[in-house]
Amino acid sequence: MSALVRISDDALALACGADAVAAAFEAAGAKVERVSSWGMHWLEPLVDMNGIGWGPVGPDDVRAILDGGLDDKCIGPIAAHSFIAGQQRFTFARAGKTRPLSLDDYAASGGWEGLRKAREIGPEATVEAVTRSGLRGRGGAGFPAGIKWRTVAQAAGEAKYIVCNADEGDSGTFSDRMVMEGDPFMLIEGMAVAAHAVGAERGYVYIRSEYPHAIRKMQAAISASADLVAPFEIEVRVGAGAYVCGEETSLLNSLEGKRGEVRAKPPLPAIEGLFGKPTVVNNVLTLAAVPWIMANGADAYAAVGFGRSKGTMPIQIAGNVRHGGLFEVGFGITLGELVNEIGGGTASGRPVRAVQVGGPLGAYHPPSDFGLPFDYEAFAAADGLIGHAGIVVFDDSVDMAAQARFAMEFCAAESCGKCTPCRLGAVRGMEVIDRIRAGAGRELETLERMPQMHNMPKQGRDTADEIALLTDLCETMKFGSLCALGGFTPYPVMSALKHWPEDFGAK
Amino acid sequence: MERLDDIIAAHEGREGPLLPILHDVQATFGQVSEEAIRAIALALNLTRAEVHGVVSFYHDFSETPDPHPPVRLCRAEACQARGVEALVASLDPATRGKLGTVYCLGLCSVGPGAIVGDTVHARLDADALAALVEQTK
Repeated sequence: MSALVRISDDALALACGADAVAAAFEAAGAKVERVSSWGMHWLEPLVDMNGIGWGPVGPDDVRAILDGGLDDKCIGPIAAHSFIAGQQRFTFARAGKTRPLSLDDYAASGGWEGLRKAREIGPEATVEAVTRSGLRGRGGAGFPAGIKWRTVAQAAGEAKYIVCNADEGDSGTFSDRMVMEGDPFMLIEGMAVAAHAVGAERGYVYIRSEYPHAIRKMQAAISASADLVAPFEIEVRVGAGAYVCGEETSLLNSLEGKRGEVRAKPPLPAIEGLFGKPTVVNNVLTLAAVPWIMANGADAYAAVGFGRSKGTMPIQIAGNVRHGGLFEVGFGITLGELVNEIGGGTASGRPVRAVQVGGPLGAYHPPSDFGLPFDYEAFAAADGLIGHAGIVVFDDSVDMAAQARFAMEFCAAESCGKCTPCRLGAVRGMEVIDRIRAGAGRELETLERMPQMHNMPKQGRDTADEIALLTDLCETMKFGSLCALGGFTPYPVMSALKHWPEDFGAK
Repeated sequence: MERLDDIIAAHEGREGPLLPILHDVQATFGQVSEEAIRAIALALNLTRAEVHGVVSFYHDFSETPDPHPPVRLCRAEACQARGVEALVASLDPATRGKLGTVYCLGLCSVGPGAIVGDTVHARLDADALAALVEQTK
């Protein structure tokens, strides 16, 4: 009998050369099964033979593995590895174990149980169960999913929609991609439960164009499971490279075929969403958590977590870190544990200087914040945010003023242009940071010196004045922007300024 | 689906068909030309200004032949933390000039990453990146 090896076909494994490894195993006479990724990214391509793992494997290692050798790359039983054993995997329970597009594997591992339960107890009890589980929107805002669903369920309207926000544009995040590429039926089941709960007949998954593998897998999974979720119908829509379309109202405009400009709220999308109809807009992780909640009970989910943050969070450990990957655990784990114990410190071996939590719009945290528990409220109290739970580690070679400038530059490039604080503020912010970094201050211009200009300051600005100006600008953007792009860009900027003033020229 | 009319006809009856049409047009012709905008506007009962507004809003669409070089390198924070800027600085200027930019491919734990068409690459160093640019000329 030929050996059976399991290798991931997730985009990250492919980028690390998994196809060549799989081909080498097949050439050597082994049977290869392509499964989802365990989420231990530093070990990809990871080879799983009878539960024992080797990684990272190259095509030249294949012979040695089949001969029972290659001990230096062997990690022993994968499920017992400390990175996996320390997790509480609800959403990622199947990670590494099932073939993503196999309906048999999905059904055999408890799939469709949540949808069956929802149909059995009816729409109202389903909404009630999701509310009781304490599930909060995983896209970043943390709004209770059950309350959103209830609003849509009670809204008047013939047609209602379920929209899955899969526009995962935050740097340092990849859990949505892993769900769509590794366990697409779970997301479909979650959407079907939502549709059943609120009375929707159509759903859209809006996936960013930078994720071609996720797009293909979701399309294949949707056609394979169409009969199982009928009469509910799901369609994939592909984004077009606009970061701001991850914002829910901008995403809705994009789905309608318009410029991805943000809409003012109210009206809430739950009342007037896609094409003006009541719409549930949930992140991939929110919808993917639903089948587990329905199958295992709201109380089992709510029993895990910390404070008002219930259940588990698939945390994504990325950047300059030794053991990067996906770590799903109950809320409450500290930032320091994630970076040092689980992540193993920096990949470069240099000291950690900063950790950005929550994507490009999240704050930079110094090691003195490492005691912070992973919890929406705790991070908000520390002038930060959890966002989509991506954490990006930087070593001591990072220039924090350059990172602050990049935040403004990114906001300027990706601003939808609808509101002034974001559209103009980001460009002015870049200019101010450039002057602060140059340390030259700003001279008065000819026009400003003219005697008629009564309201002009009488002298130029030095660096301290420029920093005050940047702080003021950040306040304006934070409170005056329509959405989180302009509103949260101040987080990385102000946190960099607060914790690393020396990088901004302070003595 | 070589012709514009076929593309437009293929999306008839869909809700919000503009983005799917533009994706197909961009993929087929490498651009969304003035002529295409005119035809799409007519078919969807929109003004040309509205269609132009959408085309110019999204990075994936371009009215002139696609200026995006085939190798797009991720320059977002996680890849910055893994040294992408030093990597770019170490390239010879000719290679550097052929690189496009993308913000995040979801390969944040194994960066620097790049995408060529639909193929993704990770753990890039200067040699691997230069080889990638060379291959896809």
